[in-house]
Amino acid sequence: MASDVDAPILSVEDLTVGFGMRQGMLEVLHGVSFELRRGQTTAIVGESGSGKSVTARAILNMVPRPGVILGGRILFRPEAGQEADLTALDPRGPAIREIRGGRIGMIFQEPMSSLSPVHTIGNQIIEAIRLHRDVSKKQARSIAREMLEQVEIPKAERALDQYSFEFSGGMRQRAMIAMALSCHPDVLIADEPTTALDVTTQAEILDLMARLQTELRMAIMFITHDMGVVAEISDDVVVMEQGHVVEHNDTHGLFAYQAHPYTRKLLGAVKRLDEPATEKVRHQHDADDILRVEDLRLHFHTRKGFLQRTTDTTKAVDGVSFTLKRGESLGIVGESGSGKTTVGRCIARVYEPSDGAIDYDGVDLVNADGSQLRGYRQQIRMIFQDPFASLNPRMTVKQIIAEPLVVNGVAGGSELEDRVASLLRQVGLDPLMMERYPHAFSGGQRQRIVVARAIALKPKLVIADEPTSALDVSIRTQVLDLLLRLQAELDLSFIFISHDMAVIRYFCDRVAVMYRGRIVEVGETEQIITDPQHPYTQALLSSVPISDPSQRGTRQRHRYQENA
Amino acid sequence: MIWRYIVKRIIWMVPFLFAVSVVAFLLIQAPPGDYLTTYIAKLGESNEVLDQATIDNLRRRFGLDQPLYVQYLKWVANLLQGDFGMSFEWRQPVSDLVWERMGLTFMLSFATLLFTWAVAFPIGVYSAVKKYSIGDYVATTIGFIGLATPNFLLALILMYIGVVYFGTDVGGLFSNEYKNAPWSMGKVIDLLKHLWLPVVVLGTSATASLIRIMRANLLDELSKPYVDTARAKGLSEFWLIMKYPVRVALNPFISTIGWVLPNLVSGAVITAIVLSLPTAGPLMLQALLSQDMFLAGAFVLLLSSLTVIGMLISDILLVLLDPRVKYE
Repeated sequence: MASDVDAPILSVEDLTVGFGMRQGMLEVLHGVSFELRRGQTTAIVGESGSGKSVTARAILNMVPRPGVILGGRILFRPEAGQEADLTALDPRGPAIREIRGGRIGMIFQEPMSSLSPVHTIGNQIIEAIRLHRDVSKKQARSIAREMLEQVEIPKAERALDQYSFEFSGGMRQRAMIAMALSCHPDVLIADEPTTALDVTTQAEILDLMARLQTELRMAIMFITHDMGVVAEISDDVVVMEQGHVVEHNDTHGLFAYQAHPYTRKLLGAVKRLDEPATEKVRHQHDADDILRVEDLRLHFHTRKGFLQRTTDTTKAVDGVSFTLKRGESLGIVGESGSGKTTVGRCIARVYEPSDGAIDYDGVDLVNADGSQLRGYRQQIRMIFQDPFASLNPRMTVKQIIAEPLVVNGVAGGSELEDRVASLLRQVGLDPLMMERYPHAFSGGQRQRIVVARAIALKPKLVIADEPTSALDVSIRTQVLDLLLRLQAELDLSFIFISHDMAVIRYFCDRVAVMYRGRIVEVGETEQIITDPQHPYTQALLSSVPISDPSQRGTRQRHRYQENA
Repeated sequence: MIWRYIVKRIIWMVPFLFAVSVVAFLLIQAPPGDYLTTYIAKLGESNEVLDQATIDNLRRRFGLDQPLYVQYLKWVANLLQGDFGMSFEWRQPVSDLVWERMGLTFMLSFATLLFTWAVAFPIGVYSAVKKYSIGDYVATTIGFIGLATPNFLLALILMYIGVVYFGTDVGGLFSNEYKNAPWSMGKVIDLLKHLWLPVVVLGTSATASLIRIMRANLLDELSKPYVDTARAKGLSEFWLIMKYPVRVALNPFISTIGWVLPNLVSGAVITAIVLSLPTAGPLMLQALLSQDMFLAGAFVLLLSSLTVIGMLISDILLVLLDPRVKYE
């Protein structure tokens, strides 16, 4: 419909937002302008700190304190001839509250924490409906049930009375979408709605949003840092860097030609992940096995009742076998709940395997006693996903990196400081920073600190559990390159756990695909990616967004159903 | 289900109370001597001397000549029939002494709890929502003073103010004319007139700490994403704060039910003496000092039961209020 395309439903004009700090006003948005149109998806792209989320909140006039809208206008035109400047409204007044949730819906990044843990899903959706639509409780409940059915939540009637923690991440995000759309808003703001989800779930949520957009003729503002997702869903793209809009183009145009170097950098980071790293040093094929895992099992038992009988057994790891050669990187890929993290923790002996054998360099790790394990824990180190949570905020970087050295009695005194300094240099950080605390570092720098801590004891095997998932794409490749360099320098072997096929392709020699506690396919990375044999691997690969809008719709996405 | 959980918890109380009765009995018996030695020493002070035959006779009459376990078993056997025994000192059945005192203690505790909640809840919420405002600083300052002032000192100050500036008699829970009168409307009104002072005195420090807890908890919750979600729905600021973060931050309030009773009885003895409150604390202290075994034992046992019941109630409320808490 031409008239729809002509009149933008929402125009952001020269928006400026600042945060009142002790030192004065710190501007975080410097005159941002863009438009949203009915039936179209506008992607807002940028790395963390670029001001995407602040922009989204400014539209609903709910910039968190101490943020203040300093200037600019946000014009909202729900019907022809109607126009309201959202920035001029009282942020607590009834006028803006009528628009929030009623005309403009919003969904957030963290499906785990964006729903109240102590209210039922139904309660929260019904509340949203009754705030904006004049219906009885009973009617609202049936609307809520319809919404849940529309977002494809099974057993909708029952789901209404469940709590968010009883749902998986994908189901929660569906419930969030149902809530945001329950009043048929004209605009939907989605703030990184799929970032916390694995690829299979992400693909389903993206499909769902596209379908609902056509049905409800909404404008969608889709905030993301993932260019692959942008290529999949958006009509036009706004690129933001440090509070500025640096580029604005339609999606095809932007992927064909990037005017701004920042856009080029963003896309380049994604493109580089489409192939194996050039820096990758192949291990020697005649190398011996450093690790052999045979028929590894870990079962969790749910015990119930007075006698603590086992009522339910979760087979988190159900007969996993693989080998790892010296100097090799083995990727373990799978969706959340597939048991990939559990395998890693069994090898590090954080968990006690129920059954099976782990042969590390000729030693049986499953039956090793405490003192033996202590020796192997120096050789087998872990890198964790969240660099914000895995560093103690009350320890300086020096203390953090020195801790394994001190605990194991490797170094002390002035030698300790030298070792920490050289480790920091090795991971590309300035040794002068060692007296600072983790909060002074960015996500990428923190992950470098984590890496420095992991290699402090000169390990032979590193288990990296989603080491780059919490990082922006451009920083992702930097950290991966660092790991590759260290692998060559220190002759490390890696077990690399990830749900991200692109990262695995970049980093790993071989890959094992896990599904429900089992390895369904294992082989050379390139071979598996180009010619997957198992239907689950095919489904998994079909869900990965392609960062090329011209290939949109050429692929049939599907979810693998066992015995289906 | 919840009923099974409650029944299970109640069944668990039986061995617990049994253990408490043993410990209580042993503790009371732990100091050297028994009630008679205290009694003799007291008589000795006024130069009265009992001959050995009288002492033996008394000891037999009180049953103090029997071995400990026999004394304990007799006590427990009587307890199970609802007989708390005789108080040596007061020469009255223990139950008569205890019920009056426990009733008033319970009522005072309850009133204090309500006062604590009524004051701490709004101030705590206000303090968190308006962080670093003047109101927050005032509440914080008063809170810290409340925490730091010993209860008995506060009691003395308030009594002084009451007597000197308002000319009212503020000690005790009743005026003289009602002290021994049977219950009547007038007595209830008189009680309410006297109640506010001990409630304020006893509740202040708990209120102050609850304000701090509420503020800290709510501050954590206010920045949670689900608050943003609620705001993006179009809820008004007041309702969204009340319905979501406050509800989650409420758990410590419920937990206070469990500790308010033991705290009032064992922690407020000095205050109760200063204010001459006819509550359980002073009587229990006296019973322990004179090794009035059955009286002290009854108090300890009752307090333990009340504590356990309080904990049970707060746990049940927690389960009802917070679906994340599992009853397993």
